[in-house]
Amino acid sequence: MSYQPHTSEDVDRMLAALGLDDVDQLFQPIPPDLRAPDDLDLPRPHAEQEVAAELGRLAARNRHMDELTCFLGAGVYDHYVPAAVWYLAGRGEFATSYTPYQPEMSQGVLQALFEYQTLISELTGLEISNASLYDGASAVAEAATMAVAATRRSELLVSAAVAPRVRELLETYSQGLDIKLVEVGALDGHTDLEEVRGKASDQTAAVLLAQPNFFGVVEDVAAAAGLAHGVGARMLVTFDPLTAGVLEPPGRLGADIVVGEGQGLGNHPNFGGPAFGFLACRSEDVRRLPGRLVGETVDTVGRRAFVLTLQAREQHIRREKATSNICTNQTLNAIAAAVYLTWLGPRGLEELGQLCLRGAGYAADRLAAVPGVRLAFADQPFVKEFVVRLPADPAEVSRRLAGHGLLAGLPLAGLAPGLEDGLLVAVTERRTKEDVDRLADALGTVLADLGAGDRPREAEEVAR
Amino acid sequence: MPWAAGGLEGEAERLVFERSSPGRRASSFPDGGGLPALDLEAALPAGFRRTGPVRLPEVSERDLVRHYTRLAHRNYAVDLGFYPLGSCTMKYNPKVAESAAALPGFARLHPAQPAEQVQGALELLARLEHALCELTGLAAATFQPAAGAHGELTGLLIIRAHHEARNDPRRRVVIPDAAHGTNPASVRLAGFETTTVASSSEGLVDLDALEKVLDTDVAAFMITNPNTLGLFERNIARVAELVHGVGGQLYYDGANFNAILGKARPGDMGFDVVHLNLHKTFATPHGGGGPGAGPLVVAEHLADFLPAPVVVRDGDGYRWDSDRPRSIGRVHGWNGNFGILVRAFAYLLANGGEGLRGVAERAVLNANYLLERLSEAYQLGYPTRPVMHEFVLSARRQKGQGARGLDIAKGLIDRGFHPPTVYFPLIVEEALMVEPTETESLETLDSFADAMLEIAAQAERDPHPLHQAPVTAPVGRLDEARAARTLVARWHPPSDPDQAASDPADEGPPEKPTS
Repeated sequence: MSYQPHTSEDVDRMLAALGLDDVDQLFQPIPPDLRAPDDLDLPRPHAEQEVAAELGRLAARNRHMDELTCFLGAGVYDHYVPAAVWYLAGRGEFATSYTPYQPEMSQGVLQALFEYQTLISELTGLEISNASLYDGASAVAEAATMAVAATRRSELLVSAAVAPRVRELLETYSQGLDIKLVEVGALDGHTDLEEVRGKASDQTAAVLLAQPNFFGVVEDVAAAAGLAHGVGARMLVTFDPLTAGVLEPPGRLGADIVVGEGQGLGNHPNFGGPAFGFLACRSEDVRRLPGRLVGETVDTVGRRAFVLTLQAREQHIRREKATSNICTNQTLNAIAAAVYLTWLGPRGLEELGQLCLRGAGYAADRLAAVPGVRLAFADQPFVKEFVVRLPADPAEVSRRLAGHGLLAGLPLAGLAPGLEDGLLVAVTERRTKEDVDRLADALGTVLADLGAGDRPREAEEVAR
Repeated sequence: MPWAAGGLEGEAERLVFERSSPGRRASSFPDGGGLPALDLEAALPAGFRRTGPVRLPEVSERDLVRHYTRLAHRNYAVDLGFYPLGSCTMKYNPKVAESAAALPGFARLHPAQPAEQVQGALELLARLEHALCELTGLAAATFQPAAGAHGELTGLLIIRAHHEARNDPRRRVVIPDAAHGTNPASVRLAGFETTTVASSSEGLVDLDALEKVLDTDVAAFMITNPNTLGLFERNIARVAELVHGVGGQLYYDGANFNAILGKARPGDMGFDVVHLNLHKTFATPHGGGGPGAGPLVVAEHLADFLPAPVVVRDGDGYRWDSDRPRSIGRVHGWNGNFGILVRAFAYLLANGGEGLRGVAERAVLNANYLLERLSEAYQLGYPTRPVMHEFVLSARRQKGQGARGLDIAKGLIDRGFHPPTVYFPLIVEEALMVEPTETESLETLDSFADAMLEIAAQAERDPHPLHQAPVTAPVGRLDEARAARTLVARWHPPSDPDQAASDPADEGPPEKPTS
């Protein structure tokens, strides 16, 4: 199947216009010894139905989240994607356009991004949002770079309760940048603020927390921001926007830069991407904002219009002085998020947050009532995710629960010291009481089969 | 408008916030029947709970659909017409790839699922990696980079690690003066300094100038081939010799890989690192500026440094290998833009090896044919011919007549075409960079050429109408200086024109007078 429209007559006419008799003559600038061999090991051409069949076969070899009831989160969640989202965002006028370099022909994308920026500003409680970044993890690195540039300091205090993947990515990005990462421990599932107080100094560029954190625990952003500002540092928070209906946005609690993963906002999990990262900041940091930014202006006759602006910040102007190299971002996923948030509305956002709270609270109680199972952080507030400690190997337990049609959660062995017996469980608005009951019952069965679960229950397991 | 649905000309679409009416909604949720009622005070401490409403728009689903459909009508795209943006490769995006990516077995897959549950996804990654290695002539790949510039950064960090592993840290990366702007920016983020080397009068790397800037402090030389002028660097083997001679690595920016798909391989030319832009070469939709995918392919001696984890064979199946002590680490939270990789794999299967060679042949044929049709009316940035997949015109002559490159671009909008890339590369005065791609028909190329010739004739006759262009688009030329001078980057409710975030005490739709 080829997507080229040329008939052999077309090719003949074009070659004649060029005074040539063979297309290969156009490749004469490539020295003969640099021509590719003819026998590359590549697939044969396939008809469209063959392509569809082969991709269908590969897709069928994956057990996806509509087959297994999903309690797995850790940054990517099974939030409902309304029908309108991709019906609209998937339209060819959005999907097959390019970066809006010609604003007169790209008002649709530009206005959608302007609306997206407004929505992210509302969710985070900060004035300025860019037009999206690659993902939530790389957004953290971009925020760290901003803070380093703004404070002219290089030390970043990073909470151990930030997702390990995010901390790994920060390590990678810091290899080329002048950023020194200093870890702050977690205590009973939340960031040890006393340790922040002890380690914060006039070398500190920023303090970084996750809200809610990797263990699902809600952090005291205001207290941390007070400590950061006390030493002249920026407060960075990576925030789950799906909790904004019940949690105070970090920007109102003193955070200076708020980033996060936008997957839950109308984007499918897609095995990790594409989704998008968002980044919002205060007005004073706008000239350090990475990525694209849409601004409002007027045309020659005074009509309101939108355009990419402050491009002097960007790689294609500043080149050697750039503080970010973002060119392509995740525009279409950001547009999907704008559609989703508009579908949601203020009451929808609250209802969703409350449903997560109710479902997760019920799940925590039900799971903790399974013999041998206990909550890791029973006294800590959470919204949609929490850690249970199991009396058997969580990876093995999860494997067996998959046999019951359940995607149980994330085993924490190797990801969080001291939680080798931990399982991170997420409950979104899509999980019903019946789903939770099924998980609790199956967990009981699996643990009994493994001969676990006879451990005496601990005193801390009072129902919440 | 020549390119948009009729009936909407000049009629602005209000912001969705301006369509909002308190009490309307599109969303619905189950009532959580059976779940315990919510005790918000018990669940969340006071200081953590939201205190005011979130000011999202309140609209019906019908309003939502109408709004975004009308925005779509105000946007040009490949599905609507010709989009000859140089260096962006705006080719047709096959629809079978879209259906494939939407299959629940791909779209509804969680990245943290254990390997035994995602064997189909891992097989796809392994087969795509093999194909990219074959096409580039290199050894191993990572799919984590989400875009070309992300691939550049990843590649440069790998080059950094390679030099450090040999106890030979280096400070400089050399790039040509025609390079994409992302190159120097990536160089800086990877902790290197940029040295720029001038092009020769032919528009190729100047070997003497290159030799002068090369020493044992050079970590890498980054280059596109064909280069930004659409010319194949025929001395590339010598360039590789020079760079390797001082211990440097040769980096291939894959922005222009479409021109040589299956015809020549960066690995055979001496390149050590290649990033590919799947949203260009493999026809995945650009989405208004993303998502893309920028996989990085490297030679054997750099494979150990690739971001972890990588997919490896495991008996009859596949697994993730995280035990990579020399890896530079993660550059993406998960596995990169997997949904884009699915589309790229579908494109690979559809074309097959011979089809991909045909892609390069038709892309180069289209570019040369179009250049031939335009070469009377417009000067060429550099005189070298044949070009590969794109070419750079200079509107010097038209500028002398009173019509600049930008006026020509805006004139094209009124004639139903997206303009080429303007004012890039920086080394050509009044540059117009045209890349037709292989998916455009002879009729389209001819009508675009006719429009360009007509504009050239107009410039010669009377350039003033071009200064007014565009007049058929939803809006006319924009005051871009104003947008930067007085930044308005979000909508504000009428009651708080200057307040960026709402006052926490502000309940519901704001009605208080502005202070």
